[in-house]
Amino acid sequence: MVNKGNPCLSGRGVTKIFGFGRHKTIAVDHVDFDFHEGEIVSIVGESGSGKTTLAKMLLGLISVTEGEIYFQGKKRDLSSGRKKQEYWRNIQAIFQDPFSSYNIFHKIDSVLLDCIRMRGGGNLPREKKVEMMTEACSFVNLKFAELTNKYPFELSGGQMQRLMIARIFLLKPKILVADEPTSMIDACSRATILDYLMKLRNETGMTLIFITHDIGLAYYVSDTIYIMEHGRFVESGSADDVILYPKHPYTRRLISDVPKIYEEWDLSTV
Amino acid sequence: MLEVRDLSTKYVTRYKEDVYAVDRVSLKIEEGKTLGIAGESGCGKSTLALSLMGYYFPPLHYISGEIIIDGQNITGMKPDEVRKSILGKEIAYIPQAAMNALNPTRKVIDFIGDVIRAHDPTWTKQMIYDHARALFERLGLPAEVLQKYPVELSGGMKQRTVIAVAVTLTPKVLIADEPSSALDVTSQKMVIKMLRDMMESGFIKAMIFITHELPLLYNVADDIMVMYAGQIVERGTAKQTVFDPLHPYSKGLMGSILVPESGLRSAKLTAIPGAPPNLKNPPPGCRFADRCKYVKPECRVTSVPLYEVGHGRAYRCILPEEELRRAYEHGE
Ligand SMILES: Nc1ncnc2c1ncn2[C@@H]1O[C@H](COP(=O)(O)OP(=O)(O)OP(=O)(O)O)[C@@H](O)[C@H]1O
Ligand SMILES: Nc1ncnc2c1ncn2[C@@H]1O[C@H](COP(=O)(O)OP(=O)(O)O)[C@@H](O)[C@H]1O
Ligand code: SF4
Ligand SMILES: [Mg+2]
Ligand SMILES: [Mg+2]
Repeated sequence: MVNKGNPCLSGRGVTKIFGFGRHKTIAVDHVDFDFHEGEIVSIVGESGSGKTTLAKMLLGLISVTEGEIYFQGKKRDLSSGRKKQEYWRNIQAIFQDPFSSYNIFHKIDSVLLDCIRMRGGGNLPREKKVEMMTEACSFVNLKFAELTNKYPFELSGGQMQRLMIARIFLLKPKILVADEPTSMIDACSRATILDYLMKLRNETGMTLIFITHDIGLAYYVSDTIYIMEHGRFVESGSADDVILYPKHPYTRRLISDVPKIYEEWDLSTV
Repeated sequence: MLEVRDLSTKYVTRYKEDVYAVDRVSLKIEEGKTLGIAGESGCGKSTLALSLMGYYFPPLHYISGEIIIDGQNITGMKPDEVRKSILGKEIAYIPQAAMNALNPTRKVIDFIGDVIRAHDPTWTKQMIYDHARALFERLGLPAEVLQKYPVELSGGMKQRTVIAVAVTLTPKVLIADEPSSALDVTSQKMVIKMLRDMMESGFIKAMIFITHELPLLYNVADDIMVMYAGQIVERGTAKQTVFDPLHPYSKGLMGSILVPESGLRSAKLTAIPGAPPNLKNPPPGCRFADRCKYVKPECRVTSVPLYEVGHGRAYRCILPEEELRRAYEHGE
């Protein structure tokens, strides 16, 4: 077990309700959590369990219906535009659908240049910027020279997703929320990216929050795993405890539904 | 059921550059079999799938090779004719991310109507509905779904619906491109079960299943083909490719498997450093040379052929089988 740092992001009774009355959906239902500095956490659950909604609340992209989020020990305050900007310098995200994340009319260079600008590098000389972009691309196995002048739709799905991670490399946030970051990446590049994200964590002490339905991935990377079902955490603990000795029936079912190599995958149970 | 000989195709980009995404690919699928295709992003899996149907439109262009579906050679057929008599009938393709591309303003029954009318515009609404009902029943999907809009369906149901629409005209060969990668494990299992049932009942005669998820591929495919930079680098049974890979790239892929089984956390993933070569001007020798730890000067001289080692097994590397196995055994 790793030595846990200070809590950098915590939640008490965090709840999100969409709609009213008959159309009410409780997407996230009174969840408590403590994510520590430098910790790698995975939130695992099926589609519709509320993972993305929670991620958006963590990121301050949508409001919290009930409960509180604490950032570095203090109640999070996003009451003004300036405070939001400040918060977003600390927390960044990689999102699920790579195709929807880009403005299709912007060339790839400008996507990356924006990141450099956000980190205050807007006035750097052009060569320095190209050097930074090249480094960021090679970090995720892309070749900048081949991407420059291209539009996002000219890349394959996996290439696009890696480009998103190249952005993070340039942004270097304190907390990174990765919502299904590798769902379209091939297994081989996934290993590379996970290695690099972990390396980035080791170097910068960044807290990594994976939101995923990939239990193998969660098990491999995480210090701590939270299992989410219908907006609630039904089980949480160290990765070994949760995956090798699951207590909740939901956790057990999820694990048994994953196709395996050494054990038989029983298709009759669906 | 499906045979492809030396198929090469390319994309022509906006700058009139050629991207050789499929390079002399040959494959053969017997009736009742599922062929799995694995390989990293951009290696040409989806392009191969598109190319296999003989339906070419810019930026994709045919270069050479032959495609034979159930004894019928469709090489050189006009796009119009391919669309009319081949697509959906002989061979159907479920594109990657198809389920997110459904027109949200139309009902499921309308998608089925489109498929049918593209081939025979004389069908009435009632005929289409009856056909759709029977199809859904056959595939074990609830008939209510026919009257729903895509947004009203869960991801798993949407994907099973997309598959049902694709097989409306009972094609002989079905190509499924990452059909379950965006789904959670339980929905994935249902999608796989549906595909497996279609194969077992003979509803479709052969399947090509594309995914980079090796544990999944291992569980659905009879044979696995590994692609790298537009070429086949290894072919064999699912068991051989997963447990006894020959090509160093396949070996690397197998080392990147993440399954929640004990021992995973202590196992080191074998990330393969570097990136695949640019397909605009691929290197003359082995395309994997820049990333291979066994690379020798000879590897870079001339193109490496696909060596057949018997029983349909083949790999593309100058090193002998035994030498590769020894190297893998003595740990990396
Ligand atoms: N419309 C296009 N124009 C030009 N080049 C393209 C086009 N679509 C794909 N390519 C290129 O062709 C090659 C093969 O792409 P393809 O989409 O077949 O890969 P893939 O193996 O399916 O990848 P993924 O796993 O990411 O889906 C890549 O180098 C890609 O950049
Ligand atoms: N903007 C929204 N308006 C109404 N309901 C929503 C909205 N976003 C999400 N939901 C609902 O909240 C639940 C959780 O969704 P989500 O957080 O996206 O789950 P996950 O990311 O785990 O798949 C679902 O029932 C979903 O339909
Ligand atoms: S031919 Fe040479 S470079 Fe290519 S895979 Fe074999 S050993 Fe590696
Ligand atoms: Mg989500
Ligand atoms: Mg593809």
